[in-house]
Amino acid sequence: MLALDIQNLNKKYDHFQLKNVTFQLEKGYIMGFIGANGAGKTTTIKSILNMIQLDSGDVRIMGKRMAEHELELKQDIGCAFGGIEFYTRSKIGKLTEVIKPFYKNWDDDTYYGYLKRFKLDENKKIAELSTGMKVKYNLAIALSHGAKLLILDEPTSGLDPVARDDLLDIFQTLVIDGEISILFSTHITSDLEKCADFITYIDNGQIINSADKEEFKASYRLLNGKESELGQVKDKLISYKINSFGFTGLIHAKDFDPASEIRSALPTLEEIMVYFAKKEEAYV
Amino acid sequence: MNVAISSSSEKPIYQQLFEQISAQILKGELPSGYCLPPIRQAAQELQISVITVKKAWEELERSRLIHTITGKGCFVAEFTNEEMLRMRNEMISKQMAIDASYYKSFGLTLEEVIAMMKEIYQ
Repeated sequence: MLALDIQNLNKKYDHFQLKNVTFQLEKGYIMGFIGANGAGKTTTIKSILNMIQLDSGDVRIMGKRMAEHELELKQDIGCAFGGIEFYTRSKIGKLTEVIKPFYKNWDDDTYYGYLKRFKLDENKKIAELSTGMKVKYNLAIALSHGAKLLILDEPTSGLDPVARDDLLDIFQTLVIDGEISILFSTHITSDLEKCADFITYIDNGQIINSADKEEFKASYRLLNGKESELGQVKDKLISYKINSFGFTGLIHAKDFDPASEIRSALPTLEEIMVYFAKKEEAYV
Repeated sequence: MNVAISSSSEKPIYQQLFEQISAQILKGELPSGYCLPPIRQAAQELQISVITVKKAWEELERSRLIHTITGKGCFVAEFTNEEMLRMRNEMISKQMAIDASYYKSFGLTLEEVIAMMKEIYQ
């Protein structure tokens, strides 16, 4: 079953547009949503949650169309965005009292469990929280109403390495029964190397690739060759850099002849992102 | 079962898992009938993705090193001594082919390699 099925999302702004954004997340898995700043990650997430009016497109969550079952589906979705820009002069406990009644399956034990795990003090005011604390508070809320689908916008940004590791551990524990699915955007790719099953990569409003992580990485090769060898592959490279040792460049695996003399390696997610970004620059 | 995953290795993680577990099976460290941990639990404990573990388990199954009993889990298969020997030799010759091409790239002859190998082996 698909936890999330997104078909042909389109939204045009003056200087930016989402173009036919399409991807699926199978139930019980973790998907990392990556892309540079301004690539369209947050816009996509907001349109999934119906926080943006789409020009066209279809969002289905657990088989139901979001457009028709929004309120019902939102009971089963936990979402978190970076900051909290409201009720900033209230205490955490007060804000929770406001949010709680919206959810039928709110569970106080789970909530207090996460407060404790995240070392959050209910008597602190929202305005007094650090960035990392706000992220954690958002997550505690998102995790406390029995959500089946978590949609998190950069949940790990602003967290220190220990807190990030702890959060990834929570993610993996949540999906262990195969019931809960998680979509989270990030640009800290090491987080994804650890726990993501699927990677969806958005660049300039378009999905470049959405596949299981190993497959995703295996569909590219990082080449490393002498400058004299560059000519053989130059046209097919997504982008490349030249230095005194020769060149390094990213290529689609299908465009590369493995019998070639040029050394090739499996790129990391970060390398894939960097070389795609360089391609953009080349056109500007 | 003993597994050490390196995320900085050139080898895909499922490949590392597959190789390490199959080596342990073929060395006899994991006896036939040994029950592998459930996929999702293994993923959480090793801090790798569910799909990665799934792929490694599938690869082990394809190589007939383990078999799945629906609803119960994955178990190390039973083999005869000959089967075990054959699979072990297959695995070792794969590695040897990689090593051999490395030696060849330095222009070593077979005699030279054997001579060096003898020294190292002692």
